[in-house]
Amino acid sequence: VSFLPYIAVAWICVIGIYGVATSKDLIHLSLCLTVTQSSTYILLLAVGYKNGGAPPIFKGLKLGTKAVDPVVQALTLTDIVVSVTVLALILALALDAHRLKGTVDPDELAEFHG
Amino acid sequence: VSAAQRRFLLVPALAVMLGGLLWGLNGLPDFGHYRGPYGDILNRVAVPERHADNVVAATVFDYRAVDTLGEEFILFCAALGVVLLLRYQREEEAPPAAPVRSGAVRLFGLLMLGPALVIAAWLAAFGYITPGGGFQAGVVFAAAALLVYLAAGYRPFAKASRERALDLGEAAGAGGYIAIGLAALISGAPFLHNLLGGGKTGTLYSAGSIGLLNWASALEVAAANVLLFAEFLASYIAPLHRRQEKQAL
Repeated sequence: VSFLPYIAVAWICVIGIYGVATSKDLIHLSLCLTVTQSSTYILLLAVGYKNGGAPPIFKGLKLGTKAVDPVVQALTLTDIVVSVTVLALILALALDAHRLKGTVDPDELAEFHG
Repeated sequence: VSAAQRRFLLVPALAVMLGGLLWGLNGLPDFGHYRGPYGDILNRVAVPERHADNVVAATVFDYRAVDTLGEEFILFCAALGVVLLLRYQREEEAPPAAPVRSGAVRLFGLLMLGPALVIAAWLAAFGYITPGGGFQAGVVFAAAALLVYLAAGYRPFAKASRERALDLGEAAGAGGYIAIGLAALISGAPFLHNLLGGGKTGTLYSAGSIGLLNWASALEVAAANVLLFAEFLASYIAPLHRRQEKQAL
């Protein structure tokens, strides 16, 4: 059971990439990319977790209480913000492609150049 | 390549990748057996040193404040990119009214708006004491702005989210963060050094410049998110409303 979060990390990462590679729709593709990125949240939080550890917020908690790693939580926070804004940028590009070419299928979009 | 060929190439490659990932992750300490030392050190020193109960906030806005600056600029640039892609391809037209007809939705939105704004202010103000912080506060504030669209209609949202105010808010949030960092530099300390340390732990007067950086990033995140909503709505939802209104005439 102690390895289960890591299995989830690897699986979510790979299944997201599978979605990106086989996607027929840029909006679906960007959501798959978000799925892949979610695996990093789980990985970060799993790496910093301690059995029975309290959250690293010491309001009403005695100093020195066993608490989980705050650094990976800060990184996860950063990760989520970046993920959301980059998703917005990709969606704007997808909508732009649709406006110009009338399709959001990456295969059809590629045909315009090749 | 056809879809079948692509899967034929993809599946073995992903299987190898999955195996490699699992093999690598297997080398990590077992789940629940964190070995440190950074997290443990921060958990021990952050409260006495910075008088911030929330060690995550102390990490984000103090110990790793330079990282957060870089991250704010990813947000800033992404919002800028969306604006560049969407704003300049749009013809300026008066915003459609698009009133919300459901009384239940209007009432619920109105009831939610106040609490959402209070929660946003609470998350920003107490971010270094209880769970919260500038980023979360900014996102909740942006959700409150979106409630205006959902409950009151498009035109009130367009009026509340004027481009110039949002651009200014975003610039002030990003610039304010740098200004706080430079203030430390001018006083002879390293960039983004916590100047105002001290105060009483667990009260609003604590954690020094973490509180100021909290507000700066709350402003930045709120403005950037409202900007993103406003741009997407103006480019793709407003024309739909306009078309509906023309058909209704």
